[in-house]
Amino acid sequence: MTALLVLEKVGKRFGGLQAVKDLSFEVREGEILGLIGPNGAGKSTLFNLINGVFAPDTGRITFVGTDITGEKPYRVARHGLARTHQIVQPLTNMTVLENCTVGACFGKDNLPLHRARAAARDAVAVTGLQDRAEARASQLTIAGKKRLELARALAAQPKLLMLDEVLAGLNPTEVEHMIGVIRRIRERGVTILMIEHLMQAIMSLSDRIVVLNFGQKLAEGVPAEVAQHPQVIEAYLGNPKLAAELQGSSA
Amino acid sequence: MLLMLRRPFFWIIALAVVAFALAPVVGNDVSMRESLLLDALYITLASNLNLMLGYAGYVNFGSIVFFGLGGYICVWLVNSYNWPLIPSLIVAGLGVSGLALIFGFGILRLRGAFFALATIGVIEAVQAFVENFTPWGGSAGVYLSGEIFKPLGGPAHALWIIYFMMVAVMGLSLYLSFAIKTSKFGLGLLAIGQNEDAAAILGVPTSRYKALVYSVSAFLPAIAGGLYFFKSAFIQPSDAFDLSLSTEALVVGMLGGEGTVTGVAIGAFLYEELRGYLLTSSTFANFQLVVSGALLLLIVLFFPGGLMGFIYSRFPRTQKVLE
Repeated sequence: MTALLVLEKVGKRFGGLQAVKDLSFEVREGEILGLIGPNGAGKSTLFNLINGVFAPDTGRITFVGTDITGEKPYRVARHGLARTHQIVQPLTNMTVLENCTVGACFGKDNLPLHRARAAARDAVAVTGLQDRAEARASQLTIAGKKRLELARALAAQPKLLMLDEVLAGLNPTEVEHMIGVIRRIRERGVTILMIEHLMQAIMSLSDRIVVLNFGQKLAEGVPAEVAQHPQVIEAYLGNPKLAAELQGSSA
Repeated sequence: MLLMLRRPFFWIIALAVVAFALAPVVGNDVSMRESLLLDALYITLASNLNLMLGYAGYVNFGSIVFFGLGGYICVWLVNSYNWPLIPSLIVAGLGVSGLALIFGFGILRLRGAFFALATIGVIEAVQAFVENFTPWGGSAGVYLSGEIFKPLGGPAHALWIIYFMMVAVMGLSLYLSFAIKTSKFGLGLLAIGQNEDAAAILGVPTSRYKALVYSVSAFLPAIAGGLYFFKSAFIQPSDAFDLSLSTEALVVGMLGGEGTVTGVAIGAFLYEELRGYLLTSSTFANFQLVVSGALLLLIVLFFPGGLMGFIYSRFPRTQKVLE
């Protein structure tokens, strides 16, 4: 498999805090790569470095062979890299469909308006928001807003989709639904890099997992390997029993 | 652009423009013409301001700078170089647009209240510059001789021509608002207005779009300024860069409904008619601003969406026709 996104020794410091340090890993084409780690491990900062909200202090980020280190977010989006936000950022006074049309218009293919509308409708259908297509984003429930984040990112026809805790705050039924949506997106050939705290979900969805702690890579591997890694258990999973359970569920 | 012809709203604008042009002609009513000329001017200023305020969500107190500078450039070309009116107007429009583009890249790095304050700074800076700029008459301003109306067939005839031109500028402003609103550029601007950071992450080139809309919103007000001060045959800094006219354009936007084409136009029309009435009425003449202020307060409190917000919620179907 070829590498879609490559991070080489990426680092970022905020004042006295080294948020990300010497981090290297790659996301391969077609896979779902899970990114886990305790709160404050630097996961969301890493997303912000990749899509250009912050420029890294050190290191290099390459996407499909192009160096995108420090490029502005709107330029990164044009390369075919879309993301969702942990704290939802809907365009509140616009409808669901309009939100997705913005994603499609200014995404990878830079579509004209009428073709963007078609792409937006498609993304709305994949995420199961058809019934709410004409509703204003502000009228959606939290689960609806999470789906909208996903639909809007998907409408951009990205090569790589970065999901920042799309399952957080959802009830079990909604989680199950969302997992189905993520699987469907992957089947369309979209590579996914996702941050998630919901262990069962990420262990079963991911092909590989990268564990971060204090801005550094603690472990990397298939879910079963990572779950029995002693340092991961100590730093993040906390209790060996959960680790054993996860090994069972992902095997 | 051809698609616009199929939209009913295109013809509604056309109808409004024709009505404006014909109304004073029918009875050869000069006082109605003067009142409608001011309405057309307010509609032009408010519609173009709406591109910034209603679409991109940036409060621009300095929109009057475009009007004033346009006036100065036009009057200067006519007076010092004997240029005919139309080329002077076009150069005024392009010149002010170009300046706005350069300014825009600078001050549009600021957001919210900081941007609003910076735009007041732009007014003060430009006014101070013009007051000390001798070729433009400094603080005394520039008087045009009566000769300038000759090429337009004498003063009486010229005033009619200027009126029709002002109505045309108003029509262009409305079509510009409509065309931008239904375009990809407009969608990007609306996204910026809702959540600028999210828009950037979705791929909207925010800096370029903001500077571009700032520049576009300068073009027609500059031409309107040129027409207005040509008609007055006199321009001075305190008239050209009057902060209260800027503020009124903002009020008009809120009155009619930010981000709508129809609302802002009707708001401007009603506001200017009301102002005309209050100024000439014996009861209200001395405290017309008190009435306007109270009105604004009531609107902000009870109709936050302005006139169009109210109409849209009462008659949802109008949303499909009236932009």
